[in-house]
Amino acid sequence: MGIIVKNLTHIYNEGLPYSHTALDDISFEIEPGEFIGIIGHTGSGKSTLLQHLNGLLKPNEGHIIVGDCDITAQGAVMKDIRRKVGFVFQYPEYQLFEETVKKDVSYGPLNLGMNEEEASLSAREAIELVGLDYDEIAQRSPFELSGGQKRRIAIAGVIAMEPEVLILDEPTAGLDPKSHNDILEIISTLHKSKGNITILVSHNMQDIADYCDKVIVMDKGKIAMYGTPGGVFSEREALEGMGLALPPVNELMRKLYECGVHVDKDILDIDEAEAAIYEILKGKKKI
Amino acid sequence: MIVSTQKLVFEYQTDEDKTVIALNGISIEIEKGSFVAVLGKNGSGKSTLAKNINALLLPSSGAVYVNGYNTKDEEFLWDIRQAAGMVFQNPDNQLVSAIAEDDVAFGPENLGIPSEEIRGRVDDALKSVGMYQYAKTSLNFLSGGQKQRIAIAGVLAMRPQCIIMDEPTAMLDPQGRKDVIEIAESLNREGITVILITHFMEEAARADRVIVMNDGNVVLDGAPRDVFSNIGVIKEAGLALPLSIEMAHRLRERGIEVPKGIISEEDFVKWVLS
Repeated sequence: MGIIVKNLTHIYNEGLPYSHTALDDISFEIEPGEFIGIIGHTGSGKSTLLQHLNGLLKPNEGHIIVGDCDITAQGAVMKDIRRKVGFVFQYPEYQLFEETVKKDVSYGPLNLGMNEEEASLSAREAIELVGLDYDEIAQRSPFELSGGQKRRIAIAGVIAMEPEVLILDEPTAGLDPKSHNDILEIISTLHKSKGNITILVSHNMQDIADYCDKVIVMDKGKIAMYGTPGGVFSEREALEGMGLALPPVNELMRKLYECGVHVDKDILDIDEAEAAIYEILKGKKKI
Repeated sequence: MIVSTQKLVFEYQTDEDKTVIALNGISIEIEKGSFVAVLGKNGSGKSTLAKNINALLLPSSGAVYVNGYNTKDEEFLWDIRQAAGMVFQNPDNQLVSAIAEDDVAFGPENLGIPSEEIRGRVDDALKSVGMYQYAKTSLNFLSGGQKQRIAIAGVLAMRPQCIIMDEPTAMLDPQGRKDVIEIAESLNREGITVILITHFMEEAARADRVIVMNDGNVVLDGAPRDVFSNIGVIKEAGLALPLSIEMAHRLRERGIEVPKGIISEEDFVKWVLS
């Protein structure tokens, strides 16, 4: 199942003096099973685009087809859209509300029409997928958990609905480095085991480079670039013009290259960077 | 000494009736005019420490002195808050007015400062954060980074000696993050003490001093180059290394002799070329 976005336009306050075109005739396709990154400066249209992908906003023009379903069509059933497309908002732990972890995670599945038993199984699987011990945590209040655990439970609540497309908006904002890496590994493992489409919105260019198959770069309501991380991050000037930076590893390699060190300036991965710098230095700085 | 904590313990009860020791006897002294970064994983006690410095929380035992005042002394509460202003992670939780300049004026108005003087303070504060042209703008029209700059201006208008920033860049995009850190650095150059709580290692590497917290204790305290050389303790505390330090460490493991002082990308590139 893939996603096709065709000529999508969204205008806020159309016809009013404050009218603002947030999405300007956007078209792109996502292949089944891809891990897509979306980057763009604040106000570039990222959030508006995401909100269309699970039907929270309706476009002024254009279509979004998820699998064989046109979710922008008249009469599209919201429940079907939400079942297909799961959305983890920024700071999703603010949305926790139930008395127990189990009830919170089962809330989505029950609303999609699963019976108690199915929802319960789904909740168990989701909680284990986010790396927590179901039997230990299920009956606790979500509000008693640590920040990192709350974030995981909130993500589990979306995973439990078994969406075919999982969208995550800055899922690691405010987390410490270890929890940050843990959450990304969970997302990556889930992606590999379920083969779902995963869409990650992030300001962290290193995460985008490390995890995504392809990157969509948004600028002023348009898609400025769409390609592999290697391709996108080779366009440094264009990215800087849009207020975006390079992944730190790549930035370092470019600086070295520009100073005359013979390394591959397009390296994005820290292990490759280490190997390349070692090759240069081993002749002259070895103990 | 602008801030001094003496065997500061802070405990609280959870709804499940467990006692949590968030701060386990912390004794630190922060010098006037310094730039101190506080690192630690979620739940390590960093924010609790910040709130104790601002008298939003009071010690269970031990004491906190701000500018010589004991935070337990209610009589000096406003002197303490005025001396040590706080900027929170989410500016939406801190901004109270609809218009930027009204928000900045809120603090000094509450201090009972004459209105002519408030005008001057508000203008100065807005200029310091580069938001003077937005003085009359509705906060709804500002980005997260711009709102955070207004929140900082609101603290500046109180003319504090010390600003405590609790993850001020966590919700911001790279540009907003850069702006806020540059403002913190420029305020520090003007003599204001900055205590920056952050999860971004690169921000911490630019500070004069880095304090690392884990499970309610201070586990490292010193200059960035010394703190980040304790790789085991850093990883144990759930943190990461700034890229240049990580790379230097990896090369050392492979038998390359890398000097200890490499902190920034610039240092690293210079060393490779040398």
